[in-house]
Amino acid sequence: MLKHSVVAAAAAAVLAAAAGSALAADPVKIGMVTTLSTGAGYLGDHVRKGFELALEQGGVADRVQLLVEDDGLEPANATQLTERMVERDGVKIMTGSIFSNVAMATIPKLVRNYDILYVSPNAGPAPLAGKGCHPRYFNTAYQNDNFAEVMGDYANKQGYKRVYLMAPNYQAGKDSVGGFKRMFKGEVAGEVYTKLGQTDYAAEIAELRDANPDAVYFFYPGGMGINFMKQFAQAGLADKVVALGPAFSFDDTLLDAVGDAALGFYNGSQWSPDLDNAANKTFVEGYKAKYNEYPTLYAAQGYDTANAIVAALKQTDWSTDDLDKLAAAMKKADFQAVRGDFKFGNNNHPIQDVYVRQVVKDDSGNITNRVSTKGFEDHVDAYAAECDMK
Amino acid sequence: MLLFLEQLLNGVQLSVTLLLMASGLTLVFGIMNLLNLAHGSLFMAGAYVAAWTTGVTGSWLLGLVAGAGAAFVTGVAIELVVMRRLYTRDHLDQVLATFGLILFFNELVRLIWGIRPMRLDVPEALNGFVEIVPGAPYPVYRLAVIAAGALVMLGLAWLVQGTRVGMRIRAGSVDREMIGALGVDIGRLYTLVFALGALLAGLAGVLAGPFLAIQSGMGEPILILAFVVVVIGGIGSLKGAVAGSLLVGITDTLGRVYLPKVSDAGTALSSMLIFLVMAVVLALFPTGLYGRKP
Repeated sequence: MLKHSVVAAAAAAVLAAAAGSALAADPVKIGMVTTLSTGAGYLGDHVRKGFELALEQGGVADRVQLLVEDDGLEPANATQLTERMVERDGVKIMTGSIFSNVAMATIPKLVRNYDILYVSPNAGPAPLAGKGCHPRYFNTAYQNDNFAEVMGDYANKQGYKRVYLMAPNYQAGKDSVGGFKRMFKGEVAGEVYTKLGQTDYAAEIAELRDANPDAVYFFYPGGMGINFMKQFAQAGLADKVVALGPAFSFDDTLLDAVGDAALGFYNGSQWSPDLDNAANKTFVEGYKAKYNEYPTLYAAQGYDTANAIVAALKQTDWSTDDLDKLAAAMKKADFQAVRGDFKFGNNNHPIQDVYVRQVVKDDSGNITNRVSTKGFEDHVDAYAAECDMK
Repeated sequence: MLLFLEQLLNGVQLSVTLLLMASGLTLVFGIMNLLNLAHGSLFMAGAYVAAWTTGVTGSWLLGLVAGAGAAFVTGVAIELVVMRRLYTRDHLDQVLATFGLILFFNELVRLIWGIRPMRLDVPEALNGFVEIVPGAPYPVYRLAVIAAGALVMLGLAWLVQGTRVGMRIRAGSVDREMIGALGVDIGRLYTLVFALGALLAGLAGVLAGPFLAIQSGMGEPILILAFVVVVIGGIGSLKGAVAGSLLVGITDTLGRVYLPKVSDAGTALSSMLIFLVMAVVLALFPTGLYGRKP
């Protein structure tokens, strides 16, 4: 009897030791529920590629186990997949949200109901930056309005008197136009909201030409942006009306699909492939070498997100047991962002420079972006004041 | 007033793309009694193959032929492999199977050409403007699309009304058992009709390519409009497809431009305008404008 219990105790001790050493070597699980399918699937794909590159270049690829799932741009999927990762796989750090509607339907609920840290690599809807801010929620990309605000400010500086505004008829479209108008002081020559997912813009472009504005500001992400820009150029307006937009219509993937029609357009962004800092050079070169394509804004954000999380994990010795400690470490933003200066504001959203970029053809004939001017220095988003956090 | 004329032209141009889609859809639906949701995939196939061919060879014309040809071949393949098994099933089974095809083709183009949207530019020769309406330069390419669409439809009308094959197609739409009993190989006729519809969809895809982002799933938005056209025009009627396309294309274009100017709710109203038109038409003509009376 005694013998048995000794054996059992010994076995238990061995098992405990084995489990203990396994725990020490176990990589930290990071869950990424992102948008990998649908027409916008490349956004999540690029975030993931940037994220993985950062882990690799940082030499920490074996310290992190990245679990990736596709939300298919469906809030219900995103919630379900995240809950599964948290409950079944014991994930404590989540990231991946691309679209604001998915983010709004999932993130507030998740950080409230579960013991997790959420880091958004893209979506930055206003409520989460303002009244709905949360100590367990970080955004490493931007607040949605940032790129619109910088273009409104740019229009003032360029002396455009009359600007025509166009966006799809949904929340993000109205927010973007709202962000532009927050800064723009001139006259709005027209404000047109089109159907979400519209493919033909001939009629709207004819109206635009008839209004004869100095510039047009448009928010058309993804395929809508390709359609609009092509048709805008085909209508012969490219050299008559200055075209301004947020970076969402101007990543290298979309520019490839638009072609020369996009040359000369201006767009607001917090990152550009030609930003002159060491981290960005390492990123751009590494990305081209690894994936054989030009990095996009989304890849840059995925890269910064990974580095922000890793920097925090290093401070807690790769432990996710105390999430308050981890969140406090995150907030220090102790990493080199590829966009240059980066810190978190009171609402856990970036305080950063925002640039105006122009679409150009580079030496190898590739259509891409180049910084035209710095629009904002250390820009704080418009909703930070509404957030209770310090 | 001049602007109104230009907008009317834009409406006609949208109608032409819709017509190419809807005519194939209505033929297949009317003659074969087959509900084909995958018609938009053939639109996508045309655009993709044209963009790829043009990219490789540098010839737009070759792209046009390859795109339309690829859609035709895909049409034949779909008919032989899938559709054949669906003729005796009810519409719900057909919807399910052809919806499966949509998913299949959307994934297939992603596997072949990747996740990045492709590009098809306006052909060099048609890259310019004409002032039909003084002071309002109109892209030559859009005019060419209108002309090409009109020509194709005239050709189709001739095929259906003026040839022996057309006679069989028409006969098949009235009574398929009788025409089978008269010794016509109904199986081959169906393959031909289906592939013809596919060819027209592919052609629409190529012609619309320069306006659009060529990406996975690009066929679905236009498919929805094409179904509205078919329902308004009357299932199985080419004349109905013409009338329906013009009605939908022009109503949608003018509604988008002028309704938001009238009231703030106009933007929302304009996006459902064609469905309101469809409801009104169906209330007055339950089988569509040119549909066969029950």
